[in-house]
Order: sequence, then structure tokens, then C-alpha cells
Amino acid sequence: MSEVTLTVNGREVKRDVEDRTLLVTFLREHLGLTGTHVGCDTSQCGACTVHIDGNAVKSCTVLAAQVDGSSVTTIEGLADGDTLHPMQAAFREHHGLQCGFCTPGMIMMAVEIVKRHPQGLDEKTIRKELEGNICRCTGYHNIVKAIDTAAKTMQGQPAMAAE
Amino acid sequence: MYATNYQRATSLDDAVAKLNAAEDGKFLGGGQTLLATMKQRLAAPSAVVDLTKIPELKGIGVDGGTITIGAATTHAAVAGSKEIAAVLPALTGLAGSIGDPAVRNMGTIGGSLANNDPAADYPAAVMALNATIHTSKGSYSPEEFFTGLFETALDEDEIITKVVFPVPQKAGYEKFRNPASRYALCAVFAALTSDGPRIAVTGSGNEGVFRVSEMESALGSNWSADAVTGVTVSPDQMLSDMHGSAEYRASLVSVLAGRAVKKAG
Ligand SMILES: Cc1cc2nc3c(=O)[nH]c(=O)nc-3n(C[C@H](O)[C@H](O)[C@H](O)COP(=O)(O)OP(=O)(O)OC[C@H]3O[C@@H](n4cnc5c(N)ncnc54)[C@H](O)[C@@H]3O)c2cc1C
Ligand code: FES
Ligand code: FES
Repeated sequence: MSEVTLTVNGREVKRDVEDRTLLVTFLREHLGLTGTHVGCDTSQCGACTVHIDGNAVKSCTVLAAQVDGSSVTTIEGLADGDTLHPMQAAFREHHGLQCGFCTPGMIMMAVEIVKRHPQGLDEKTIRKELEGNICRCTGYHNIVKAIDTAAKTMQGQPAMAAE
Repeated sequence: MYATNYQRATSLDDAVAKLNAAEDGKFLGGGQTLLATMKQRLAAPSAVVDLTKIPELKGIGVDGGTITIGAATTHAAVAGSKEIAAVLPALTGLAGSIGDPAVRNMGTIGGSLANNDPAADYPAAVMALNATIHTSKGSYSPEEFFTGLFETALDEDEIITKVVFPVPQKAGYEKFRNPASRYALCAVFAALTSDGPRIAVTGSGNEGVFRVSEMESALGSNWSADAVTGVTVSPDQMLSDMHGSAEYRASLVSVLAGRAVKKAG
């Protein structure tokens, strides 16, 4: 067993867990934060993406003990009260989801993508950066549009109108 | 995943001591291969000893014609290094082609080399640039280090500490990705080094990364894509699986070698 202390969405949590506990299991089963999803067992789908100290990581392929002491942000930590994060708002506006299963991972990855490209984003870059996030429903088109819009909002440029 | 015991090493000596104290321990880098394998129950180490918090395994240095990368440096750190991009953009591009952004945020160069997956990217750069792999016990040339599919010269308790790449006159990397896994179905690293041209192929060889000496000599007298696209390799030395036959991969080697040389300029 290991004692794991994390700051999750700004709140410090401490739990005694088995060493083999994956971060995603820690979040979902020990903290009840079920917004982070598990879509595969091969580390390929990205539904489990969260931020560890600001970096997008697949929480199904990290041990909770490995990130002891870190700061973790999940989809539950993005909104400011009732106000959606610009990325969440853009996914809603542009219909960037259908069943919604991939959405938490998509949004967490998308927020990091914007952060890593302060110079701005184009469609090709967005598509390349989404290689580790799989969506079975949307065909990606509206996801890409949502990220493009949110990037502009987050970087203070005029956003393109929703169609 | 079967039960395991997580241990965080604070120094190289501490890591070796912790590994040797475990019944069946394994070093842990970014976990992007090892944890994935443990989840499938294809590996079940009694302990994992985390190397990534050891300060001397971190960091990138560029000076006097060499690039030094600490073993626990992530693919994302290499891909985003302005210092490396200024002298060897083929290497930052290679690191940026590994998996996806989340994998690159965790996976490390040391873990990639220790694993020696026949479809991994870094072995091609190490082989083509004649990099030196430094470990807790000594150092290796690429030919000494890579000994077969998923096999290296490392002892169980031996830690890769850093990799030193001599900066070549020019270099290019061309990767044909498996669109599902994003690993290389075939990829060629071409470099003009102080010892002459070197061509290394990953993703395709049935014994892992390999050099193509016929292409290297052809480039010695004529550094151009045309010099290599006419050179063929035998399908007998190629991997063959559901993603591509040996003949297909052999054909890719010549095509990608041409593109890699062209990219190098
Ligand atoms: C979805 C996905 C896509 C991927 N795509 C690619 C790709 O396109 N190209 C590619 O090259 N790779 C790819 N990978 C693999 C990735 O690059 C891994 O990061 C890498 O193979 C292993 O590095 P790691 O640091 O995660 O090591 P770990 O998984 O922690 O360890 C791997 C092995 O190396 C050993 N080890 C780790 N560090 C050291 C050290 N310093 N000294 C000695 N032994 C050590 C461990 O004991 C273990 O046996 C992909 C992985 C995933 C999950
Ligand atoms: S659940 Fe983590 S990558 Fe699929
Ligand atoms: S919306 Fe259904 S998987 Fe993406």
C-alpha cells in the first residue's frame, strides 16, 4: 500500500491505495470523479486524458503512486462554477460531441493543445495533435471546429461564428 | 494488473539497491510500455523502481558538436527543444512523431531504448548517428547495444543514464506510420556523419534496427536520393505481419531512404 497525496481540481486529497492502482481508478473509484472515462485497455483511445501538473497524460497508464505530490486537473475541474470553460462552451456550441464518451478526454487534450500553441492553431495542427484521442461518433469535424473556436477565444482573437 | 510494489529511487545507487532487493523488480521510466504491458498481465514484476525522479537522468545539453539527453527526458521535452532543433531538427521531428502528445508527455528516451521495440523510433537515430549509450556500468555503441528484437546488452540491474549524439553534417528521418498504432511500419534515418553516410532502418527488420551498407557506400560517392532508391534490401530480413508483408516492407525501405536523404538536403 502507498499513501498518495494529490491536489485534485485544487483540493488536496490523501488516500491509502494499493500500489497497482492506476490514476484513473484513483479518480473514478476512490474520489468518485467519474467524468474521466476508460475507453480501452491498450493506452490508445485518450478517453482517460487528464492534466498532471499542466501536462495532458493518459490516466490509465500512470500509477497513482507515481504522481504522488502532483496537481491533477480533470474535466470536473475546468468550469468556473456554472460558467463553462471556453473549450467546453465551444464543444457545446459546435456540436463537438454525440454520445459524449470521448469528450472529457478530448477537452482535456484540447486545452493542452491550445496551451502549447500560443502562436495559434490551424486545422492540420489540431488534427495531428488529436492523434491519441479516438472518437467513434463525430467524424472529428465538429471537434476540430470547436477547438479552433476555443483557441481563438482563449487567445483573445475573434471567434468564428457557429454554423 | 497483478499486485506490485511501487518504489521511487532518489539516486542511481538507490535505484540499483531497490531493484536488487526486490524478488523480480523492473525499472520504471514513463511507464508507456511497461504499465501498458502490466495492465495486459503480460508482465508482472513484484516491484517497479521509478527512475524518473533521479536528477542526473534529466535534461538536455547541446555543446561542442554533441547533444546529450538524460535517459529520463521525455519525448515531449526532446520534441520541444529549441536547442536541439537548431542543430539537429531531424531528432526533434523524430521525437515529435512518437505516439501522441499524452504518450510523449510521459515516455522517455531511456525507456524506449531499453525496450528496443523493432518498431520504435529512437533506435534509428541512435544507430544512424552512432550515438553512445551511457549506463550505470559503462557505455555502448549502437551495434553493441541493440542485440535483437526487444533485446539489448543491458544487465537486469543496469540503468541507461544518458545518450550522447554527435551532431552530423546533415540528417533526415522519414517515417511511414502504422495509422492505428502510430509506430513505424518502416522508417529510415539518413545521416552524413564524420565517418561518412549512415542509413538506419527501424520498423521493418526481423532482428530490429539495422544499417544498409550498400546504400551507405552509394551515398559516399553521390549524396542524393537517386543513389539509394535503386538499392533494394532482401525481404528475407524483413518482418511480416497483418500490417505489411516482408516484400512490402522491403520496398518501403528503398522509397523511404530516398525521401530521408532528400529531407536531409
Ligand atoms: C499509444 C502508444 C503509442 C506509441 N507510439 C510509439 C511510436 O510511434 N514510436 C515509438 O518509438 N514508441 C511508441 N510508443 C512507446 C513509447 O515511446 C514508450 O514511451 C517507450 O517505448 C518506453 O518508454 P517509457 O519511458 O515509457 O518506459 P517504460 O514503459 O517505463 O519502460 C520500458 C522498459 O524500459 C526499462 N527502462 C526504462 N527506463 C530505463 C532506463 N533508464 N534504464 C534501463 N531500463 C529502463 C523498463 O524496465 C522497461 O523494461 C507508444 C506507446 C503508446 C502507449
Ligand atoms: S482508457 Fe486510457 S487511453 Fe484508452
Ligand atoms: S462522441 Fe461518441 S465517441 Fe466521441
